[in-house]
Amino acid sequence: MDSLARLFKKLALLLRREKFVNDLDEEMAFHRQQKEADLRAEGMSPETARHAAARQFGNPTRLREQTHETVAFWFEATLHDLAFTLRQLRRNLSFTLTAILMLALGIGASAAIFAFVDAALIRPLPYPDPATLVDVGESAQLFPRSNLSYQDYLDWKRLNKVFSAFDVYTNNAYLLASPSGAEHVHGAHVTAGFFGTLGVAPILGRDFTTGEDQPGAPNTVILSYETWQKRFAGRKDIIGQSVTLSGTPNTIIGVLPQTFTFAPIGQPEFWVTFHTLGGCEKRRSCHNLFGIGRLKPGVSVAMAFADMQSIALQLERQYPDSNRGQGAFVQPLHELIVGDIRPILLTLFTGAVLLLLIACVNVSSLLLVRAESRRREVAVRGALGASPSRLARQFITEGLVLVAAGTLLGLATSYAAIQILLHLISQDMLRYMPFLIGLTLNLHIITFVALVALLAAAIFSLTPIVRLSFSDMRSGLAEGGRTSAGTLWRRFGANLVVLELAIAVVLLVGAGLLVKSFYRLLNVDLNFQPDHLATLCIDAPDASYSKDTQAIALGRSIISSITALPGVKSAAITSVLPVSYNGNTDWIRFPGRPYNGQHNEVNEREVSSAFFTTLQARLIRGRFFTDDEDISKPKVVLINQALAKKYFPGEDPIGKQIGDTDLTPKSLKQIIGVVDDVKEGSLDSEIWPAEYIPFNQNTGTYYYLIVRTSQAPESILPTLTSTIHHIDPGIGTLYELTMAERIADSQTAWLHRSSAVLVGGFAALALLLGVVGLYGVIAYSVSRRTREIGVRMALGAQRSTVYRLILKEAGWLTAFGIVAGVLCSLAATALMHKLLFGVHSWDVTTLIAVALVLAISALLASYIPARRAASVNPVEALRAE
Amino acid sequence: MPKKPDLMPGTLDMLILKTLTRAPLHGYGIALSIKRLSEDVLTVEEGSLYPALQRLLLQNWVKAEWKMTETNRRARFYTLTPTGRKQLGRELSQFEQMIAAIGRVLQDA
Repeated sequence: MDSLARLFKKLALLLRREKFVNDLDEEMAFHRQQKEADLRAEGMSPETARHAAARQFGNPTRLREQTHETVAFWFEATLHDLAFTLRQLRRNLSFTLTAILMLALGIGASAAIFAFVDAALIRPLPYPDPATLVDVGESAQLFPRSNLSYQDYLDWKRLNKVFSAFDVYTNNAYLLASPSGAEHVHGAHVTAGFFGTLGVAPILGRDFTTGEDQPGAPNTVILSYETWQKRFAGRKDIIGQSVTLSGTPNTIIGVLPQTFTFAPIGQPEFWVTFHTLGGCEKRRSCHNLFGIGRLKPGVSVAMAFADMQSIALQLERQYPDSNRGQGAFVQPLHELIVGDIRPILLTLFTGAVLLLLIACVNVSSLLLVRAESRRREVAVRGALGASPSRLARQFITEGLVLVAAGTLLGLATSYAAIQILLHLISQDMLRYMPFLIGLTLNLHIITFVALVALLAAAIFSLTPIVRLSFSDMRSGLAEGGRTSAGTLWRRFGANLVVLELAIAVVLLVGAGLLVKSFYRLLNVDLNFQPDHLATLCIDAPDASYSKDTQAIALGRSIISSITALPGVKSAAITSVLPVSYNGNTDWIRFPGRPYNGQHNEVNEREVSSAFFTTLQARLIRGRFFTDDEDISKPKVVLINQALAKKYFPGEDPIGKQIGDTDLTPKSLKQIIGVVDDVKEGSLDSEIWPAEYIPFNQNTGTYYYLIVRTSQAPESILPTLTSTIHHIDPGIGTLYELTMAERIADSQTAWLHRSSAVLVGGFAALALLLGVVGLYGVIAYSVSRRTREIGVRMALGAQRSTVYRLILKEAGWLTAFGIVAGVLCSLAATALMHKLLFGVHSWDVTTLIAVALVLAISALLASYIPARRAASVNPVEALRAE
Repeated sequence: MPKKPDLMPGTLDMLILKTLTRAPLHGYGIALSIKRLSEDVLTVEEGSLYPALQRLLLQNWVKAEWKMTETNRRARFYTLTPTGRKQLGRELSQFEQMIAAIGRVLQDA
């Protein structure tokens, strides 16, 4: 009750504040006058008595404040401080805006990148107990992580002691009959326990049951949620209905949850089991799967690897032909999903944090300058009765207001930046990074921003307080805050600028290296002409084209119809497009040479006769094959230079033979020519040995069309699709793209481009902020040294001497900054070697270029204040004091 | 001028309340009264007196009203309230306990 009564009294006082102050003033005046009267009565002169009374009474303002504080609400002083702060900040608008913008920039950039880091690296995978899920594959000499063969999988599953569940999956494509012709749809093949291993259950219908992946089991399919909505209008009664995939009817048994994603294979629409084994699944040497395992409790990834490795060794002894050199590969599933983007994310995050650091340092030094120029104000306010704690509170309030405004603006910036960055990622790529879909501000990001804000607030409110020693009020008044630039400031502020410049150097070096890598990457020698090429993927139904003669006839028909189109110079087909990946390999062996069973792994490509002329790739020796070299003719093969160098050093390969590991007679092919090293793998990959086999001697139903055009290649893409559908509407076509688009959109190019652009952006901002910081320091120093300069000039110093004086100061700071920055960047860039291509992290030209850019920018930034210093009129400068 | 001993913390409120038991007084009168009664040993700083009076007002231990002094000047007079009197009793007994305790410690030493 008591406290309530007190509250009401306080409220009453708050409402009648004026009366309170008037009463108090009158009371104190009365007190002073009484005292004065008493002193006079003791015989003091009126003048002395008044002074003595006033002296004894002390500072009335402070007394009034102290009295007021006992009855006031705690927030009244804060509100008062706030109002005062806002007035102060408004009066100095350019300072306020600069500080807030810098903070917003730093916070916005780092929060946006943190959002991606959080989504990819911090959040767990969307499955129960994700830490016990592992990615399982085989490993071979050329592929540290390679596909698993189905036969090996069966043995691994049977023999392992480490997994409570172990399943395999692979990407698949189906032709789905639709009104507008055959549509190519994305599907997946899995073993029956796949969803159970992940810990996911369908929201409608049922999961696959044990044995549903055995030969002879009925054809069943589970739909993705999106497919259910899009193709079946979300109808509940689709369970039990049939959908025809590539000519085979499948019964729909379930629908997956909306939130289900499985990043390693994108987002398949149709999930079916391995109930009919294809040719590949029957052969132990054919690798087309990947595994996921659920570790038993207490089993580590390393233990799982050891177990798998020992099984692989056992299989190697048992099946030397197919399993020689085939080891095991086990890693956390999380690593498989985010391992590739971790280096780029961490690099970007480091960049953003450095930018934030520069922004904070810059704002701190602005605050220091401000505090310095407010020394007199502080001294005056102290003399007028403001208590040190009250003054300190004023500065804290100012820091808090700046940080609050910067943080709010920073949050808005980061929201926008996240959306923009997401738009930079293609839909196709997002399918493999489902954790980024729908990314927006969330609790993690806001917590991150709050922590940053807290830290910034601490720094900004402490900076001026540390700087201003409130006790030494008299020197502040006497000095008038004018005559000499405080040496402490010069030492401290200058160090801050060196730090800023050093960080800018680190970012610039990082950006320079990334830009150079990207440039190298785009200019990597492909050994063919990528411009004016249109490409398209063709998926012909097996039912109509699985026989060699049918496939050959279709290939010829497609090439001739396409070549006949206006604007087409030539057309060819290939099983795998150049600049896509190294893989789809063959194990080769040479007749007449000793063989110890090792796997001579080479890229294998089935191409049509005009493939190399269409690509405009050079023939080094021998001849190309012709269109009529088909199954009826002797088998021939073209090899690339890398194969010739590796397996025929100092020999002429023309006329030699290549066979499979058993040298079966029908596998023997004669080498008829050597072609240039066409880049088959991604832009940043090595050239592998490759063999090119005539499509007509090893046909397929899934391949790519490459068309060289005389006009812009984009314009012909729709015609290509319609021409093929004209031949057979049952043929699926997809990925209509020009070669240039493919290269520019390839994951390698994208990763390099985005990291170069983003780090470049951070570096540009860092340079700007660093140079602004330097300008601020030099300009401030000049303004404080006006009198010194005036004296020097009055004593005969030339303008050039003044220039030198100022530029020397800037020069030292810049030189320190550059040297420190270069040293730091040597350490920092070593951490991002994974992102570099064709450039060393200690690339000298980049380092020199960055040093030059920074030196020139710094010179420009300090030239302006130096000019101002040199144009000081000595008479005015001296008189102004 | 030799430095005078500071008031023991927490005793100012008690001294003010005690001073007011005799008659209502204004702030200056309170300060003067304490000074005289302590034979110039205790001086109440104005910087402590007025905040203390506001604190007592807030606790409802004293009342304040503007009245005329003998010299016919307006001054704010403070009067002890019944709750203030009770509070004084509590503080006095606590103070005596404290003094006794301190005395015992000092004697023992």
